Amino acid sequence: QDNRVSIWSVGDLGNGGLSGEYQGEPQLLCDIRHNGDVMDMQFLDQERIVVASSTGSVTVFRHHQNNQTLSANQRWEKAHYHVDQDTSCGGAACTGVICNNPEIVTVGEDGRINLFRADQKDAVRSIDNADSSTLHAVTFLRTTEILTVNSIGQLKIWDFRQQRNEPSQIFSLTGDRVPLHCVDRHPNQQHIVATGGQDGMLSIWDIRQGTMPVSLLNAHEAEMWEVHFHPSNPDHLFTCSEDGSLWHWDTSTDISGKPSFLHQGGRSTTYFSHNTINQSVVSAWLSNDPTKDRMEITNLIPNQTLSVNSLDILGPCLVYGTDAEAIYVNRQLFA
Amino acid sequence: APAPALTGSVVAGGGGEGGPGSSCVFVVRRDQDIYIQTLRKLFNESHGIFLGLQRSEEELAGKSRKAQLVQVSKNYRSVIRACMEDMHQAAAGTITKSETWPCFFQVSILSAMELIWNLCEILFVEAAAAGPLLLRLLDWVRLHVCDVDNMVREVLSSENPSKHKLFWNVVDVFVLQGRMDEARHLLSKEATANPTSVNMYKILDDLMKKMPVPNLGNTQTLTEMELKWQHWHEECQRYLQDGTFASNSHMESICKILLGDENAILEKKELMTTWYHFLVTRLLYSHPTVKPMELRMDLFLGEESSPEPLDTILMAAFEFELHQVIKECSIALSNWWFVAHLTDLLDHCKLLQSHNLYFGSNMREFLLLEYASGLFSHHSLWQLGVDYFDHCPEYGRVYLELHIERIPLNTEQKALKVLRICEQRQMHEQVRSICKIMAMKALRTNRLGSALSWSIRAKDAAFATLISDRFLKDYCERGCFSDLDLIDNLGPSMLLSDRLTFLGKYREFHRLYGEKRFSEAAKLLLMLMTAHIAPCSFWMTLLTDALPLLEQKEVIFSAEQTYELMRCLEDLTAGKSEKQKFQDDDVETMKVEMLRLALARNLARVIVKEGTLEGS
Repeated sequence: QDNRVSIWSVGDLGNGGLSGEYQGEPQLLCDIRHNGDVMDMQFLDQERIVVASSTGSVTVFRHHQNNQTLSANQRWEKAHYHVDQDTSCGGAACTGVICNNPEIVTVGEDGRINLFRADQKDAVRSIDNADSSTLHAVTFLRTTEILTVNSIGQLKIWDFRQQRNEPSQIFSLTGDRVPLHCVDRHPNQQHIVATGGQDGMLSIWDIRQGTMPVSLLNAHEAEMWEVHFHPSNPDHLFTCSEDGSLWHWDTSTDISGKPSFLHQGGRSTTYFSHNTINQSVVSAWLSNDPTKDRMEITNLIPNQTLSVNSLDILGPCLVYGTDAEAIYVNRQLFA
Repeated sequence: APAPALTGSVVAGGGGEGGPGSSCVFVVRRDQDIYIQTLRKLFNESHGIFLGLQRSEEELAGKSRKAQLVQVSKNYRSVIRACMEDMHQAAAGTITKSETWPCFFQVSILSAMELIWNLCEILFVEAAAAGPLLLRLLDWVRLHVCDVDNMVREVLSSENPSKHKLFWNVVDVFVLQGRMDEARHLLSKEATANPTSVNMYKILDDLMKKMPVPNLGNTQTLTEMELKWQHWHEECQRYLQDGTFASNSHMESICKILLGDENAILEKKELMTTWYHFLVTRLLYSHPTVKPMELRMDLFLGEESSPEPLDTILMAAFEFELHQVIKECSIALSNWWFVAHLTDLLDHCKLLQSHNLYFGSNMREFLLLEYASGLFSHHSLWQLGVDYFDHCPEYGRVYLELHIERIPLNTEQKALKVLRICEQRQMHEQVRSICKIMAMKALRTNRLGSALSWSIRAKDAAFATLISDRFLKDYCERGCFSDLDLIDNLGPSMLLSDRLTFLGKYREFHRLYGEKRFSEAAKLLLMLMTAHIAPCSFWMTLLTDALPLLEQKEVIFSAEQTYELMRCLEDLTAGKSEKQKFQDDDVETMKVEMLRLALARNLARVIVKEGTLEGS
């Protein structure tokens, strides 16, 4: 197997063509061999990338911009591992990584949570058997608290200030304990959390109250792999799934001027009702009054074939990758 | 012409056939090509095109359907070309010969594939009428016979083209390829440079201008075209016989070419480089309104050389022998990609009669099955193979069922993808089997929550029972529950298996006890036994758990309940055979004794309590 971590350049912003769509193919700048499947990755800072591997190791790569190369800066070889019954240690896939420079938190199939510090050889803290099932994803709630989701449908808050190895709070889905695969927190309102499940359902939670989700939205037809709030425009949410679709959830109130990205992908636009009057106080995501304004949902992929495994958004740029070994870049999301 | 590789499956030779130290282990690998990095784009992109074709509107009739199919064909070809580009770039990046040569080899294979596909597109998919067909063939020749392009460029860019030594070669090339305007343009330069031949030039130019060309608009009928062509042909003949061009051998040979003189055309063999160029040129100048005629390839190639595989394929195409084309391609190419996709496209053009092969499926399906099976041996391209199997109506499903179970599942995410594929196709056996494998793996590494999650997915009650037994065993050994976060949060999945329900309820009992909600705890405990949720093996433990409740200051169990408990105890002890009772150690017998005592005492107290009148 030849897996690589690569860095691509997608051209300058000033290069708008006629329609502004085709701005040249992404250029490969540099790449480096990676041992095992890349399960998750995140930028630690401008130059360093943390990559989680299916072998259970976590590597920090450094991108040298002067000569366009990548090098492995640091590696925690056995961040995640299984202890077999005959006490042989096999690697367990590291399924999620989240960074808050200089801290790095990783979770894996072994149910372990690790807290690393960049440039420190050993883990700062390691919670063994934090979960009896696989931890699928992790994200920061506050600087000292993280959120994890697992394969028995639970959302847990962990507080690193506490010494005991127990979650400070546990939330579960109602009904069937469908595994949760991804989690993201609202960028501004920290009590709002979104998770995606194996049945493609999007759940919105208010962690200030209750142990159950506030709303459940039937979304995809298969596993939802990633969910992301737009970092600067959090009225917009993006989800991608094994069923090959990528959905854009829009709860912004201004529906008079229809956004033009509804052109081709708009064939599966559906409308949900949401209350958005007191938007400053109650987020559009939390209320569910069906008589008020609506939420627009658009599938951004016209000809879906294979799974969309991962996506990311920044400003007007959307990037996603599929199982057809293709990367798509959309630089005019809100044109 | 490029030399295509031999057929695919590498056969391992046995070792140790005499000769010292000759025992070896051979690694046999099917379908080597799928491991070539640059070809992955070919497989991925063509998968998308294939799916698009299968899903396209069948209702579109006639012209629009044909246009659609031609577009699909063009898409396939552009993917081949994109791969060639990538290969070129890859070759540029290599240093040693051993690295460079395979790249160039692949480029030549891809180029041959594109050539063949293009011809098939023209002859079979587009299948235009005779006139436009010829124009397409000319385009095809111009595109693919490019050995002369350098020469052309050289002459055109020189200061004084007519003085260039290769000038007449280039004019000939233009004429042979039917590029009349360009030929005339060059000739005009000769005329201005050489005033003596102006007359001859004018006549030749006129002839070339007047040559009847089948136009795409089809504004003239076939007979009109024939007539015009006859006229023109006679005119050329006249000028030749009159000796108009006698003084300039170049112009004379051009005139002969215009007349379709085989020998004259053959003289320019070097400029045509390939026999198919020769064929098309002859077509152009002899019968432009008629479909390809008999091949006289031997004239071109000469006695010694025998046709190469590429030649055989192209020949079969020109003879409209579709099956022969497919067969020859299958033999010559090392990978099923080409024939599988081409045959599928031709099948959609309704060109392949459904002649069933020996083992029941038709040719299209056979090729697709072979191709997809090859994909399955790849650690990641197998996902493409699934869709191909889906579109093989006869055996696709069976093949898929067999292949999908053999995909190595090294991460949970991969297992989830495989499961999703199985579930979408109602392959329940495979779902169960895969979930069992994953659950066992989890169990072995003590990830009980994961194991449970897999059994819930498969709705596997038996496995859930197994997991619950593990938990209970742990509890009995350690006196406390592990993984409380799991057991406390089972939710509706508790109902998957009786044992799991028991586990959940038992834990609930402990919780209730911990919260000092004794009467509820008592009720639950009793229910566990009387409703037969608890396994018999656990009853002793449950009864022992009842002891502290019996010993409470306050009476918890009612008379009814106490009688029930007693009955349970008796059932339990009565069930044991004499031998077992003998084997029971002191602890066991003491337990039973204590229970009996406690029950009796409780009964006494509760009778009194219940008998007492409430009130003042």
